[in-house]
Amino acid sequence: MELGPEDVAYIAHLARLQIDEQDVPLYARNLSEILRLVETMNAVDTDGVVPMAHPVDTAQPLRADEVTEADRREEFQRNAPAVADGLYLVPKVIE
Amino acid sequence: MRNSWETVIGLEIHAQLATRSKIFSGSSTAFGAAPNTQASAVDLGLPGVLPVLNGEVVRMAVKFGLATGAQIAERSVFARKNYFYPDLPKGYQISQYELPVVGHGSVTIATEEGSTRRIGLTRAHLEEDAGKSLHEDFEGLSGIDLNRAGTPLLEIVSEPDMRSAAEAVAYARKILSLVRYLEICDGNLQEGSFRCDANVSVRRRGDEELGTRAELKNINSFRFLEKAINFEIDRQIEVLESGGEVVQETRLYDAERNETRPMRSKEEANDYRYFPDPDLLPVVIDEDYIAAVRATLPELPDQKRQRFVDDFGLSDYDADLLTADRDTADYFERTARAANAEYKLSANWILGELSAHLNAGDLTISASPVPAESLGAMLNRILDRTISGKIAKEVFEAMWNGEGDADAIIEQRGLQQITDSGAIEQVVDEIIVANPQQAEQFRAGKEKILGFFVGQVMKATQGKANPAQVNDILRRRLQDPDS
Amino acid sequence: MSVLDKSIVELGAALAGGEVTSRELTEAALQRIADARTLNCFVTVCGEQALAQADAADARIRNGGGGPLTGIPLAHKDLFCTDGVKTSCGSRMLDNFIAPYDATVVARLKQAGCVMVGKTNMDEFAMGSSNENSYYGPVSNPWDVGKVPGGSSGGSAAAVAARLVPVATGTDTGGSIRQPAALCGITGLKPTYGRVSRYGMVAFASSLDQAGPLAKSAHECALLLGAMAGHDALDSTSLDLAVPDYVSALHDDISGLKIGLPREYFGGGLDSDVAAAVHAAVDVLVGLGAQVKEITLPRQDLSIPAYYVVAPAECSSNLSRFDGVRYGYRCANPVDLEDLYKRSRGEGFGAEVKRRIMVGTYVLSAGYYDAYYLKAQKMRQLICEDFQQAFAEVDVIAGPTSPSVAFARGERTDDPISMYLSDIYTNAANLAGLPGISVPCGFVNRLPVGLQIIGNHFTEQRILNVAHRYQLASDWHDARPPAAEAP
Repeated sequence: MELGPEDVAYIAHLARLQIDEQDVPLYARNLSEILRLVETMNAVDTDGVVPMAHPVDTAQPLRADEVTEADRREEFQRNAPAVADGLYLVPKVIE
Repeated sequence: MRNSWETVIGLEIHAQLATRSKIFSGSSTAFGAAPNTQASAVDLGLPGVLPVLNGEVVRMAVKFGLATGAQIAERSVFARKNYFYPDLPKGYQISQYELPVVGHGSVTIATEEGSTRRIGLTRAHLEEDAGKSLHEDFEGLSGIDLNRAGTPLLEIVSEPDMRSAAEAVAYARKILSLVRYLEICDGNLQEGSFRCDANVSVRRRGDEELGTRAELKNINSFRFLEKAINFEIDRQIEVLESGGEVVQETRLYDAERNETRPMRSKEEANDYRYFPDPDLLPVVIDEDYIAAVRATLPELPDQKRQRFVDDFGLSDYDADLLTADRDTADYFERTARAANAEYKLSANWILGELSAHLNAGDLTISASPVPAESLGAMLNRILDRTISGKIAKEVFEAMWNGEGDADAIIEQRGLQQITDSGAIEQVVDEIIVANPQQAEQFRAGKEKILGFFVGQVMKATQGKANPAQVNDILRRRLQDPDS
Repeated sequence: MSVLDKSIVELGAALAGGEVTSRELTEAALQRIADARTLNCFVTVCGEQALAQADAADARIRNGGGGPLTGIPLAHKDLFCTDGVKTSCGSRMLDNFIAPYDATVVARLKQAGCVMVGKTNMDEFAMGSSNENSYYGPVSNPWDVGKVPGGSSGGSAAAVAARLVPVATGTDTGGSIRQPAALCGITGLKPTYGRVSRYGMVAFASSLDQAGPLAKSAHECALLLGAMAGHDALDSTSLDLAVPDYVSALHDDISGLKIGLPREYFGGGLDSDVAAAVHAAVDVLVGLGAQVKEITLPRQDLSIPAYYVVAPAECSSNLSRFDGVRYGYRCANPVDLEDLYKRSRGEGFGAEVKRRIMVGTYVLSAGYYDAYYLKAQKMRQLICEDFQQAFAEVDVIAGPTSPSVAFARGERTDDPISMYLSDIYTNAANLAGLPGISVPCGFVNRLPVGLQIIGNHFTEQRILNVAHRYQLASDWHDARPPAAEAP
């Protein structure tokens, strides 16, 4: 798959990444190369093969329904860029 | 104009599961805590932390599946739904996509025409709730509270089987009643623990193909559900009849204006990039597990309703009302047990006097100041003729106001019914003597005048004379004063 | 020779015998770290905290409460969360992030009495094979400071090789422990997926990531793994299996051991001198009684393509949480929400991370999921089957860790594909969840060569045993790089 500048712009938007205009062609070239490498998989017939999501084949363990977490807001919010009244602040959310 | 169009509605209901802790962390799910005080490292999506599944949510989902006759997936998978939003801390929501825990099921609803309809359930899957954005007071900024992030939800998706807003409401009520019976959700619409989104489309009658649908959100009561759908039906018909096209979009319901309008933030087509969450393994549910959950299922509303009709001789209508929620049904059965198995009498009192009082006080039945056993005890006093039904209302009023149990109130206020025939006869005779003209009319065949005498006797006895006895004795003495 | 040249086996005995104190070892390590600052192995050095931990360890030893690791100084790769200490992942994004908890690996080693002297440099978010993708600058190879140390655990590998610390932790998503171990001439073990808890390890690709030890010898790796491994209720993918005594299995006889040499590991891309060193090492094992069998892993070539779908896909989602809202880098004066996201992420992440996020976003996006992601998952299944067929015939698989020795800094930075091919022999074990170890087995142009030994799931004791027997019969792992000399 050959990706053009519009593809890069669309993907970057989906991934919420600001890409400088002048870097777009390089990203387009790099991503296209990577996809070409990846597409060598297509040489293998995988019909009927069960997709493998996990290297280990076991079941999800289940936790007991118990409250084990205490309030650590103050500690956690020390890492936050902007807080007020215990809330994390962001530019206005429009619904 | 509406007649040439058919409405097609499917609902997506998000029921918050009534667990103590969150779906993937040990944080409390309690409502109303100070912002972010119930947001743990996992809920905040801090770097390096991992989700661990709460077993209780699986049990609750299986309960729901069994109660709706659904297939329970032997193997279900959590997937990530990727999108950016400030109330979604990880940049993805953990949900179930291709392999949900609960598959096809169904429920039956009563229609307006008095028949029943089967509504298909496409699936029910587990997922985590998002946090909340607050828009006030931050000068152009929004504040994010992640206390709700990670609260377990069961998303119940119906087939597009409903044909009117009323049916959609009946279906939603049915699901609400079910999740409450199962004790897997408290079903509080105002607090958002039971949320309905409606997919609404219209098509010309006879068309096979479904019309383009709009998804309605932000509906927090059944009344608004009905209004929002009806508004949307009219809007879509108007668009189509004026030659326009319905756009597939998410629309928010505005209760103040009673209208729906497109949601701005969802304008762009989302590409959620679902894929299996590598931090979680498949949930495996075996036959033994299912059998163990099945053994804990309570009697369900439909079964209970049928039993009330078959075993207690209640009308369909009364049985419906009494089984709409489990607390009411339990209250009814406890009352009747205390009232010598007089089901009809118990039902009448609960649906009449008690219900009126609860509504007036905006109380749920479990908050009733008159416990079921006390009501039953009072009904016994009617049955043993200590008081009449009319006096009972006075007694009930006193009980409601916390003046004690029925016997104490009857005793204190001297409300015992007069059942001594001698005493009644004496009063009757005095009244006949005092009203010779009316007595003559009765004897001349004017039956209706009897009511006058009953009234006089009751007045003289302050309502305490047993009405049946008064009738008997009056009749007898009027016909033949010496009898 | 410094005290840090000794193995942690010897140091443990010396500490227990009172011949040396943890404070002395820790001071020596801190001194070496300061002296070798130009190697750029560390993002954070925890001097005071380390000395306090050392004193506590000394007290514990004096009271007879220590274990084999009590008082041993070590360094953690800077993607393990460390309570109260910056955890940067080599990224501007987390340059200001102070973790409010310890990763399970960190907590367990702390519990065992290890002293954390600092956090090592790494490729940003563990994405890279040369340690050139760090916000904190590249790490130099102690054998030749113009060469890369490998990556992504390059800081840990170089720190151990340069004798700054006796041992270190790392993580391996596609070779990030084994490849830098090979390029720096030390021993590095990637355990079976699920053997070591991932809790508190900042995730790159969740179904591939695994933490492991880097040390001079297999014996030391065995000691360290014993303390790191085991079930953790906080990680659903950590398996609830007993942890064997890795040390006691080290000495087992390997006569009769069947070693498989995959034809595909000795093909075109392999440097012939590296191939010769690996064959010579295999001959040593044969001399110890092992039998060699040529095997085939037919879909091996496709592990790189499959890996470069699975890893970016998972990374694109794992790194979405870095959005400038709750922690980490936030751009200046965002005009709206979208601007906040795009600039915080655009400015906070480096080029390789952005590349992989975009590849991952693309392969998961509508219309491409089946062709890329699902296809890669199926390839993963086939690659796994190849290994299982091989393990029906042989006990372990041996081959080179990396197709070449350490390459020059800057040599591959403009060509992502050539960089990706550095991991051509290591990716497959991650896709299949298998344990693998790299041990030094010679030199090419005075740069170390690594022998990779891969075992079946949960057979760490076996590959450690083979590596240890090899190290008893060889001394490549004792070779000291020029940078190990005091300045």
